[in-house]
Amino acid sequence: MHAETGFRESAAQALGDPQIRANFRRAMDGLMAKRAAQFPDPADLQALRSLGTAIRARSLLKLPELLEQLEASCLRNGIQVHWARTCEEGNELILGLLRARGATRLVKGKSMVSEEMGLNHFLEEHGVEALESDLGEYIIQLDQETPSHIIMPAIHKNKTQIARQFSQKIKDAKYTEDVDELTALARKVLRRKFLEADAGLSGVNFAVADTGTLCLVENEGNGRMSTHVPALHIAVMGLEKVVETLEDVAPLYALLTRSATGQAVSTYLNLVRGPRGPGELDGPREVHLVILDNGRSRIYADPQLRATLRCIRCGACMNHCPVYTRVGGHAYQAVYPGPIGKILTPQMEGVGVRHELLHGSSLCGACSEVCPVEIPIPEIIVRLRREATHRDPGSSVEGRGTGRTATEDLAWRVWAAVLSRPGAYRFAAWCATRFRNLIPGGLPLLKAWTLARGKPVPARRSLQERVREEGIPHG
Amino acid sequence: MHPERVYFYGTCLVDLFYPEAGMAGIRLLRRAGVEVLFPDGQTCCGQPAFNCGYWEEARGVARSQVALFPLDIPVVLPSGSCAGMMRNHYPELFHGEPDEARVRAFSGRVFELTQFLVDVLEVKLEDLGEPVKVTWHSSCHALRDLGLAGQPQALLGQLANVEVAPLARERECCGFGGTFSVRHPEISGAMACDKAADAVATGASRVLSTDGGCLLNVQGALEAKGAALRAQHIAEFLWERTHAR
Repeated sequence: MHAETGFRESAAQALGDPQIRANFRRAMDGLMAKRAAQFPDPADLQALRSLGTAIRARSLLKLPELLEQLEASCLRNGIQVHWARTCEEGNELILGLLRARGATRLVKGKSMVSEEMGLNHFLEEHGVEALESDLGEYIIQLDQETPSHIIMPAIHKNKTQIARQFSQKIKDAKYTEDVDELTALARKVLRRKFLEADAGLSGVNFAVADTGTLCLVENEGNGRMSTHVPALHIAVMGLEKVVETLEDVAPLYALLTRSATGQAVSTYLNLVRGPRGPGELDGPREVHLVILDNGRSRIYADPQLRATLRCIRCGACMNHCPVYTRVGGHAYQAVYPGPIGKILTPQMEGVGVRHELLHGSSLCGACSEVCPVEIPIPEIIVRLRREATHRDPGSSVEGRGTGRTATEDLAWRVWAAVLSRPGAYRFAAWCATRFRNLIPGGLPLLKAWTLARGKPVPARRSLQERVREEGIPHG
Repeated sequence: MHPERVYFYGTCLVDLFYPEAGMAGIRLLRRAGVEVLFPDGQTCCGQPAFNCGYWEEARGVARSQVALFPLDIPVVLPSGSCAGMMRNHYPELFHGEPDEARVRAFSGRVFELTQFLVDVLEVKLEDLGEPVKVTWHSSCHALRDLGLAGQPQALLGQLANVEVAPLARERECCGFGGTFSVRHPEISGAMACDKAADAVATGASRVLSTDGGCLLNVQGALEAKGAALRAQHIAEFLWERTHAR
C-alpha cells in the first residue's frame, strides 16, 4: 500500500492543494494553542515530562520481564495472551479467533497497531466486516482512506467535505453541515453496529504488568462500546506499551491527553481487567490480548534507538511539526506520519527504502521540544541517516547501508576534500565571490533552491578577505 | 570573568554571504575591550555532512578546524547553528576517536556571538539610530540545539529607538535546514514563503536573526515576493545602530 510515489512527490502534491494546506494549518494552530493552554507553567511541564520520560525509560529497561509479568497477570484475570512476531502472524491470529467463534461482524475502537497490520483489509478479504467506530476513523473508512493523523484520523477534512460524504454514503442521510447533526447521523449507524457485532477490537494505551489491566483512552465512548458490548473483545498492542504499575499510568495519562488534544482528561478512560465475572450483567465473555513485535524488539536492542519506543502516541510531534503542517499525514505514505513516523517507519520497514522520509526534516527540533517523553527525534533522524548510508558492524538497523548512492558518496568526498584544505576553500570562495553573478541558475542545487526563492548571490569579497584587509591578527 | 582575547570563527555562510555581519561581530567584540584573533584556514564546521550521516567526512573537516584554535581562549561564532554543532555535536562525532579529549576541550570554549556578548561580556549598548521597527526570527538550531535563551532579544531590548514587532509563529522553522532546502525544495520553499509573509505582516523594515542560513532562506523568499523588507544578521544591525559614524 505504501511508497508507490515518493514522499517528495506526494508532499508536492499536498502543497499544491490549498484545501489540504488550509485544513492542516488551522487544525495544527488550534492544537498547538490548546496544548500550550494546558501547560501554563514551564517548570510544572518539565517536571511532568521528566517523570513521564523516567517511567517510560524504566519500563523499557525492564521490558522482557514486564512482558512476562503482564502475560501472567492477564492470564490470572482471564485475559488470554497471544504473541505475534509479524503483522501477518497478528492478522492470522485474529482471524483464527474470529473464525473459531463464527464471528463475521467486528466493531473496532481506534487502534494504530491494527492500521500497522493492515487488519481491516485482511479481514475483509476473509469475509469479516471490520467497522471503525471512532468518528474520525469511521469518516475515513467511508472514503477508503487511511488516517492522516494518529489521534485525529480525519483531521485533513473539513465539515463541508464530511457533510458531502455522509449525504452520499450513508443511507437516507440528508445533506447538512451542522456538526451535531452529522455526529448524530454517525452515531445512529454505529449504535446498531455495536449491538449486532460478534466481536470488538481495541488498541491499548498502557498495559499494566502487575495488575494485568489494559488502559484505553478515548473521548467518544465507542471504545467502551467496542470492548464491552460484543461477547468477544480482542485488544492489540505493540510490545512496548507495557508499564509496571497502575501508579505509572496517572502521569502518562496526564501527559497524553494534554499533549494530544489539549484536554486535562479525556471523556473516557477504560480499564479492562478481564471478561465478565460470575453474576456480572455486562462485559465480554472472552478477552484476548494480541502483543505485536513487528520490528520492535530489534529497535529495543539498540540503546539509542530504544528511545523511539518510549512514544505514547500523543501526536504532539505532528501537531508542532512545520513539515507535517504543510503536507499533512498522507504525504508520508506511512501508518505513522510526522516526526515519530520519520523515525519509526524506517526502523520497521528499513532505512534504505525510507531514505527520503528521513531527509524530509529540517531538524528544527520542534518535535522533541514538545514530546512528553522527550524522545530525541532529530538526533535519531541523524543517526538513521548515518545507518542508511553505512554498514557499521554491530548495528542492528534494518536495511542499513542500502540508502547509499554513488553520486552522494562522491559529493561528500569532494566536499570534505575542499573543506579540509584551506587553500582549496580559499580558491572556491574566491571564484564564488568574483564570479558571483555568473553562477548558472541551472545548477541542480541552485535550481531546487530557486523554485520558491531568489537566487542567492555571494558577497563581493569574503569575510576572510575583509579580515585580512583590516589587519585582524590570525593568532 | 572578562577574557582578554577571543577567537572569531567566521562560518562559511557568513564568509561568503554575510561578511559585513562577520566584521560587525568582530567590531562589537573589540569595542567591548576584547582582542580578536581570526585564524587563517577557516572553512566550515562540518555540520552538513554530519547531519546527512557522512561522519568520516564531517570529522575530517572538523579536525582541520579544531587545529586552528590551539589557545585556551573562547571561540565566538556569529551563528547559533554552527556553534551548536561545535559545542554539542563534536563530542558525539569524535566519540572514541584518539583526539576526543582535545575536541571536547575545544567544544567547551565555543560560544554564539550574542550569547557571548550578553552572558560573558555583559555589554551595554547605546542606540544612536533613528526610530525603526524590526522583527525577530529565532534560528531553530540557536534556539533548540544550542539553547539560546533570549540573549538576542536582550540586546535588541537595550536599543531605545528600536521597536521589535512580534513575528507570528516566531519559533516555527523558516524551512532552511541545510540540505533539507535542496532535498525537499517544495516543502522548504513553502515554509520560507510563509515565514516571509509573516515577516511582511509585521510592518517591520527588517527581519533579524542570528543565523546566515535563515537569513539566506528568508531573504530569498522575500525577494521572490518582491517585498521591501530585508533580512539582516543581528550583529550587523547592532553595529549599525551603536557605531558613531
